[in-house]
Amino acid sequence: MDRHALSLTVNNRPGVLIRIALVFSRRGFNIDSLVVSESSTPQFSKMNIVAFGDQRSGEQIKKQLSKLVDVIHVAEHTETDSVQRELALYKMLVTSERRPELLQLANAFGAKIIEVGEEHIILELSGTTREIDNATQLLRSQGLCELIRTGKVVMALGAGET
Amino acid sequence: MKKSCAEIIIEELHNQGTEYIFGLPGGAAIPLFDAIVDSPIKLILTRHEQGATHMADGYARATGKAGVVLVTSGPGATNTVTGMLTAQMDSVPLIVLCGQQTTWNLGLDAFQEADVSGISYPVVKHSYLLKEPQTVRRVVQEAFYLAQSGRPGVVLIDVPKNISSTEIAIDSQEEFDIPGYQVHDEPNLNDIEQAVQLIDNAERPLLLVGHGAVLAGAGNSVAFLAEKIAAPVTNTLLGKGCFSETNPLSLGMLGMHGTAYANLAVKECDLIISIGSRWDDRIVGNTEKFCPTAKKIHIDIDPAEFNKCVAMDCTILGDARLVVEKIGALAARKNVSNSWLKKINGWKRRYPLKYRKGGGLKAQHVIEELFLQTKGNAIVTADVGQHQMWAAQFYRVQHRFHWITTGGAGTMGFGMPAAIGAQFAKPKACVIAIVGDGGFQMTLSELSTAIINSLPIKIVIINNKYLGMVRQWQHLFYNNRLSGVDLEGNPDFVKLGESYGCRSIRIRRSADVRRKVADMLAYHDGPCLMDVEVEKEDNVYPMIPAGASYEEMIIEKPSSKEAPALAKPQGST
Repeated sequence: MDRHALSLTVNNRPGVLIRIALVFSRRGFNIDSLVVSESSTPQFSKMNIVAFGDQRSGEQIKKQLSKLVDVIHVAEHTETDSVQRELALYKMLVTSERRPELLQLANAFGAKIIEVGEEHIILELSGTTREIDNATQLLRSQGLCELIRTGKVVMALGAGET
Repeated sequence: MKKSCAEIIIEELHNQGTEYIFGLPGGAAIPLFDAIVDSPIKLILTRHEQGATHMADGYARATGKAGVVLVTSGPGATNTVTGMLTAQMDSVPLIVLCGQQTTWNLGLDAFQEADVSGISYPVVKHSYLLKEPQTVRRVVQEAFYLAQSGRPGVVLIDVPKNISSTEIAIDSQEEFDIPGYQVHDEPNLNDIEQAVQLIDNAERPLLLVGHGAVLAGAGNSVAFLAEKIAAPVTNTLLGKGCFSETNPLSLGMLGMHGTAYANLAVKECDLIISIGSRWDDRIVGNTEKFCPTAKKIHIDIDPAEFNKCVAMDCTILGDARLVVEKIGALAARKNVSNSWLKKINGWKRRYPLKYRKGGGLKAQHVIEELFLQTKGNAIVTADVGQHQMWAAQFYRVQHRFHWITTGGAGTMGFGMPAAIGAQFAKPKACVIAIVGDGGFQMTLSELSTAIINSLPIKIVIINNKYLGMVRQWQHLFYNNRLSGVDLEGNPDFVKLGESYGCRSIRIRRSADVRRKVADMLAYHDGPCLMDVEVEKEDNVYPMIPAGASYEEMIIEKPSSKEAPALAKPQGST
C-alpha cells in the first residue's frame, strides 16, 4: 500500500468534488487529506488529494479521474519533484509554570505563536508532512488538546505546471 | 422573437438528428412535452421509464446514433437509473432529459424533487443540471458530442421547470465549454509498428473483437486483417456483428459460455489482439492464468481500459477502425494453410456446439431455427441469462448493429423494449426479442407500446419457469439446493399477450418448431409473442466457472444425472 499525492486541475463548478470523491470511494481508497482552492484562473480549481491504496488501483484511479469531463489535468507528485507543504494549528492547554518550556519548544520547531491565554496557547506550524508529524508527536505530551491540519498542498518544482 | 428554453431544447434535439423521444411525462416535464407538440420529433409514450431507456438504448444500438429519453423529476428520473447503467456499461450513446423541480425548490424536499444529477454520477459519462437559460442550447450540443464521441456513453440533463418555462429573446450561440474532454482517434505510429512486429513474429495469432470494434465500424478492416495474417476471430458477447460469425475464420463467442474452439484457441494462441474489448471477467476468468504464454495487444479508445484487468505487451490508443486499418496495411501476409488454422478446424469438428433434438423442447432448437429461417439477417435482442447465452451461441450474427443485448450490466427486462427501439430505428427489419420468462415479466407492460405503434417485433419467451441461470449455478455449485429460482405463478403468456391484443403462439413440442417459427416470422401486422415451453432443467455449456482458468472448461453436459460436485466459484460472481 502506498500514499498517493495527486494534484488536479478541475472545473470550478458545483458537483465536481463529489464526482471525484466517488472515483476514490468506489475503489476502496480512503482520502487522507483534501485541499480545494481557486487556481490562478477563476474558471478552474486546484485540488490536492492524498489517498492510501495499492499501486495498481492508484494507476486506475488516475486514469478514471482523467476520464471525468470536469477534470482538466491529473498528476501524481513525489517529494523529489515538487514542494509539498501543510499547515497545522495546535491548541495547547498549559499552566503558567510550564508555559516557558512550551514556548521554547515551539521556537525550536519554528512554530508561530498565534494566541496566548490564561490556560492555553495556539501555535501555527507549516512544513512538510514529516515535520508536522514530528512536532505533533512531541506536542502530544505537552498538553495538546486540539489539532487541525490543512492537508498537503503541492507545487511542481521548475517552470512547468503542477 | 422569444422562445422558451423547452422549445430551444427540443429544437436542438431535432438539429442533432433525433427522430424519436421515448418517455413518460409528469408535472416538472410538462413544458418539454408541450414543446414536442410542434416539433417533427415523434414522441413514443412508454408504460414505465425503465422501458423508455431500454427503447432508446435499443434504438442507439441499432443505428449508432444517440437515443433520447424524456422523463419527469423524482421517481420518473430514478426509474431511468437501471437503463442508464445498462447503456453506460456497454458504451451506448444515450441522452436522458429529466424534468426537475424549480431551482428555488432544489434541496427543500419539494414534491417529486430528487437530486437526480447526484444520483446519476456513478452511471453516466457526464451530467448537467441546467440553471442558466442561455446555456441550454450549448448543453444539448455538448451532451450529444459527449454521448457520441470517443467511448460513447450516457449524458443526463436535469431541467428545472422554471428554466424550461423561461422565455429568452436572444438565443446566442455559445462556445463548447469542455476543456477536460479529449478524444484520441488517431493512433501513435510507434505503437502501430510495435504491434505489427508482434504480429509478424506470431505463429498463432488470435483476434478478439468487442463492442468497441462494432461501434467504430471496424468490420471491414478486421476482416481484411484476419484474412491477411490468417488469424481466427473470436468475439465477445457484445462484439457479435463486427465480423460475420458465419465466416470460416470466425470462432464465435469466447469466455464463460463461449464455444470450446474459441476458448481452446485463447488457451493456445501465442498472440491475442483485443480490438475494442475490455478483458471483462466473463472473458478472462482467472487473471493470473489467462493466456500466460501469449503476447497481448490492446486497441481501445479509452486509455483507462489499458492494463486494468490484464497486463499488456502493447497498447494502442485510438479509433479501432483506424488502428486496424493501419495495422492491416503494414502487417506481413501469412499462409492460410498453416498448422494453427488446421488445429482450430480440428477443434471445430471435434467440439461443435450441440444439443439433443429429441425429448423435451430445447431453447437451442428454437433459436437455431430462428437463425436458419431468417438466414441470420434478423436484428436479435436478448435479456440476460441462459436464453441470452443460447442466443449468442446459436444465432450467428452477420451484420453490424444486428445484435443487441445487455452485456456489462446484465439487466433483466432489457430485451423486449430494446427490440421496440430497434424496430423504430429499422422499420423494415425483422426484429426478434429472445427473452426469458423472468426478464420478460420485468418490462412486459411495454407490450402496449409495441401494440399501439403496430411494431412487428417477434417476442420469443424461452419459458422454463425458472430463473434458469441462477438455477444452473445452484445445480452445479450448490448441490442443487434451489433457492429463489422457481417462477411458480407465471401467467399464461399466450392469454396475457392476447389481452394486450398481441398475436400469441405457444410451442411445446420439437415437432412444431419449424412450422410455428415460420408462422411467427410471416406475421407483420403487429407484434407476435411466442411462448416457448422448454425443458425446465437444461444447462448452458460449454462453461468456464466464474474466476476459473480456461483449463477448467466444462465442454458438454456431464453424462450422469447427478449434479457434478464442483467447487464454488471463487472471486467473480
